[in-house]
Amino acid sequence: MTETTGLPPTRGPLVYRQSIWTRVTHWVWVVCLFFLLLTGLQIFNAHPALYVGQQSGFEFDNAVLRMAPVNTPDGPRGQTTIFGQTFDTTGVFGMSGTADKPAYQGFPGAVTIPSFRDLATGRVLHFFFGWIFVAALFIWFLASFINGHLRRDIIPRGGDVTGLGRDVVDHARFRFHHRRVYSPLQKLSYFTVFFILFPLIILTGLTMSPGMNASWPWLLDVFGGRQTARTIHFGSWSSWCCSSSSTC
Amino acid sequence: MNKLIINRRRFLAGSAALGSGLMVSGCNQFDFLGQRDNPVRNVIEQANVLTYKAQRALIGDQVLAREYGQSEIRQGMKPNGSTEPTTPEYMFLRQANFEPYRLTIKGMVDREVSFSLAELRNMPARTQITRHDCVEGWSCIAKWTGTPLGPLLDQAGVKSTARFAVYHCYDNIQRTLSGDILYYTSSDLVDAYHPQSILSYGLNDQPLPVSNGAPIRLRIERALGYKQPKYLHTIELVDDLSPFGQGKGGYWEDVGYDWYGGI
Repeated sequence: MTETTGLPPTRGPLVYRQSIWTRVTHWVWVVCLFFLLLTGLQIFNAHPALYVGQQSGFEFDNAVLRMAPVNTPDGPRGQTTIFGQTFDTTGVFGMSGTADKPAYQGFPGAVTIPSFRDLATGRVLHFFFGWIFVAALFIWFLASFINGHLRRDIIPRGGDVTGLGRDVVDHARFRFHHRRVYSPLQKLSYFTVFFILFPLIILTGLTMSPGMNASWPWLLDVFGGRQTARTIHFGSWSSWCCSSSSTC
Repeated sequence: MNKLIINRRRFLAGSAALGSGLMVSGCNQFDFLGQRDNPVRNVIEQANVLTYKAQRALIGDQVLAREYGQSEIRQGMKPNGSTEPTTPEYMFLRQANFEPYRLTIKGMVDREVSFSLAELRNMPARTQITRHDCVEGWSCIAKWTGTPLGPLLDQAGVKSTARFAVYHCYDNIQRTLSGDILYYTSSDLVDAYHPQSILSYGLNDQPLPVSNGAPIRLRIERALGYKQPKYLHTIELVDDLSPFGQGKGGYWEDVGYDWYGGI
């Protein structure tokens, strides 16, 4: 290790890019989303199929994704079916584990909490961190509205829309301009996460609650049924993963 | 002082190492949370109490679950859990075509009452096409016919100190070396008196089949499937759930599932 890997000597003004509210809620979300993601996969494993519509087709087919172990002449294999296309995913989806101790389940135990099949515990943890996630989001929105973070950094303005094209081209050429303000793409990413993706995750989650369905029946109509909401809920975290990596 | 400052590159490298370490070891660091008596888990479980209270505050007591049209019945009702109880009491009743069956309401009531299947079928009926949501994640829409539970509770005269209704069932959901574990669950009185809470004896215009809970299955439509007790024989009004089973208010609740079951 040479000295070049260390920090440059502190020169010039120290810039605080984020307020304490943004920093604290950020790390709360990091912990929450870690648990929400991995307990979510545990919950998915209890019925590793996703459907479109109000109900799950047992005597008709409305599945868009299904992971299942199947018996073949070569022994059991794990299969994943997406939109009618079936793939052999032995070792990862549908069937994982070792040869002498195979696990016949959707996602492997390496990415679920707990690592063994335990829907009850998955649900307990998922709802606990769901509450904290929503509380932190509420605090962040309130603080960001008051301290101007939303207006200044998140909500895209006219200049961001017109500058979007050039920003995309710059990114594609790996020409990054690190300024004190967010670039149009950064703004758009954060705006999408906070105003579309997070609300979508929360509302599709609530749509799966039979209690909430009674209170807010419009949820079922907005998302096209409980099973569609479950599919969107599953899909929205994968888009969150994509967008969080793109804003880094 | 400088050494304490972590720059972005160091931080990302560190967290990537930590993250991949977690992944490789299979996240089983958190397996202790699966222990039912773990103190950390007991704290985390309090979120379920918050969910229950929040939903009770938000959702009106009389608000109905979504009812669907006839065209939404696209398949038979998927049987799950117990589908063929083997207790002697149940097998006797089943052979006798449920003629000797009686539904009893007891506990903290002014007078214990019981009804035969014929009496229940002759009471004012309610038919509802609703969606059954299993805790596993699947849903199935079916038409349920039965008599509302609320008026029967009024006949028994529920005491003002009663807080819960415990539903006792005939089915041996689990067979152990020390004997059968019989299914039971419970609800608060809001769910017991809900207008859609019916003692169903009909499913999709047919008599309720054994696989779906014959002769009587209680529907609590704003809750998950494990709150819809099949093979129901006794409703007991109580102010404390701890004397039953493991004390958590139901068979699945004793296993670790949340008692409210509305989410």
